[in-house]
Amino acid sequence: MMTTRLVDRAMRCLLLAAALSAIAIVFLIGLFTLREAWPAIQQVGVWPLLSGTEWRPGQGEFGLLPMIAGSVLVTLGSLVLGVPVALGCAVFLAEVAPHAVRSVMRPCVELLAGIPSVIYGLFGLVVIVPMVRQIPVTGNSGFGLLAASIVLAVMMLPTVTNIAEDAIRAVPREYKEGSLALGTTHWQTIVGVVVPAARSGIVAAIVLGAGRALGETMAMIMVIGNSVIVPTPLDGNPATLFLSQARTLTGNVAVEINYATGLHQSALFATGVVLFALIMIVSTLAHMLMGREAEER
Amino acid sequence: MISAVRAWSARRYQVERLAFALLWLCGALAMAALAAVVTYVAVQGWPTLGLEMLVTPPRGGLSGEGGISSTIVTTLLLVLITVGVAAPVGVGAAVYLNEYAAQPRGGKRARVMVAVMRFGVETLAGVPSIIFGLFGYAIFVSALHFGFSLVSAGLAGACLILPVIIRTAEEALRAVPPSYRQGSLALGTTHWQTVSGVVLPAALPGLFTGIVLSVGRVISETAVFYVTLGGSYQMPTSLLSGGRSMALHVYFLAMDTRAFDKAMGTGLILIVGIVLINLVVNGLSRRLAKRPAS
Repeated sequence: MMTTRLVDRAMRCLLLAAALSAIAIVFLIGLFTLREAWPAIQQVGVWPLLSGTEWRPGQGEFGLLPMIAGSVLVTLGSLVLGVPVALGCAVFLAEVAPHAVRSVMRPCVELLAGIPSVIYGLFGLVVIVPMVRQIPVTGNSGFGLLAASIVLAVMMLPTVTNIAEDAIRAVPREYKEGSLALGTTHWQTIVGVVVPAARSGIVAAIVLGAGRALGETMAMIMVIGNSVIVPTPLDGNPATLFLSQARTLTGNVAVEINYATGLHQSALFATGVVLFALIMIVSTLAHMLMGREAEER
Repeated sequence: MISAVRAWSARRYQVERLAFALLWLCGALAMAALAAVVTYVAVQGWPTLGLEMLVTPPRGGLSGEGGISSTIVTTLLLVLITVGVAAPVGVGAAVYLNEYAAQPRGGKRARVMVAVMRFGVETLAGVPSIIFGLFGYAIFVSALHFGFSLVSAGLAGACLILPVIIRTAEEALRAVPPSYRQGSLALGTTHWQTVSGVVLPAALPGLFTGIVLSVGRVISETAVFYVTLGGSYQMPTSLLSGGRSMALHVYFLAMDTRAFDKAMGTGLILIVGIVLINLVVNGLSRRLAKRPAS
């Protein structure tokens, strides 16, 4: 009897320790990344780090602007290409698809989410990059923002589709019934009632998709070219910006960390800090957007 | 007047047909993307597959000679380490959050603590994998002197899958009806006896789902292991030796040696693995759904 009580006590403490693990790891990640990044932040300075356009570790120049621009542009590109299709899929699965189609497509979307990113990178490298290379613009290597945006658009599709579909399904049946009873068509109900009612969930889906895009590493290294330049249009047409090579923050870390030492290594940790800050900004913006909407109701 | 209304009404249905056609197109596009990737990898990779490839070690070299045996072993070891570390901790955390902390008699301090813990899980789930890699590099590879090794990579990977396991385990525990706990407690058991004897067994299929999901996460993860595992294609001899997981092997074959066909072959095996994992997960959740509610 005594021992069972003792075991009960002991287990309670052990489980509490386990429950604290997640927040402890978050704390340790913050601590170690900041500690390692500190020399670079101190010696280079926050503003030169963020706004410097030259990244030459050999000469002690550590400007992260090319990588920030690369990450932001490729994320925007993939959102433009991927979100319309992903939301279309979500509405399709939740409202339009016949049961048989849905029961085939659901596992397919799950598989799309499960395929390793390195395989998307490989497919991009062997199929998408040569296709992009066909576009007749001087200096177009195929590697660059466009190829990377296409690959990322496919990779973020399951994330956005799954969460948006859940949000659409969570809209109370009565809303739809009320709308349909007024004599609207199914499409009018979707556009006028269902999608607006699911808006905050849909915003959350897009934000998570953007987070996934910002955080993607391997597929980006394989198709984006990794040149340390602030992307600029290749010729007079501004659209050729997306044919420019680039490098993402994630790629900057992954490509160089294994041989970096000293200040260079510290600057790579600072890259990680900037990446994390970008992701926090995106999710905070989303929270603010959704918060305002909650007030409106 | 009436004809105008009729025309308007007819147009509404035309718009609907057009919109639905576009929605079908979206669905078709997603399926086509999947079909394109899987078919391409399968067609290109199939000729390189065979028993010999699975049992011979890679020999390096510019054309990516040899098979993939050591990468399979490394991947399996990584799965064992990550799940071995993360599963007990993750399930334990979920048990605490769901079975201990959720009790109403907890005061304000307890509620704040639970909120902090949940914030930790949510944040961890949103951290990009390369940051887990950086963290693993800083703490396990450098600070603790494990070097580029299975231990370093396994521990960093465990941090990566921890939120997956906690979330699925919590869901599984929440699905256990309260009457089970009440029945057990009424017999005079301790809290832990109820949890270990009644709640955990009832939640087992759900817990297993989370573990299978995180196995999928580990075998498809590349970024974390790229910066913590070293990338040697030698067969690992101890937990402190470096190595190369299958996903990492795909990367090195494609980027360093340009042996695309071999990369596709290894990639095909990974895809088949993911398909199998998805089938198991779906099978498990179907069984869960069928279980009679009490």
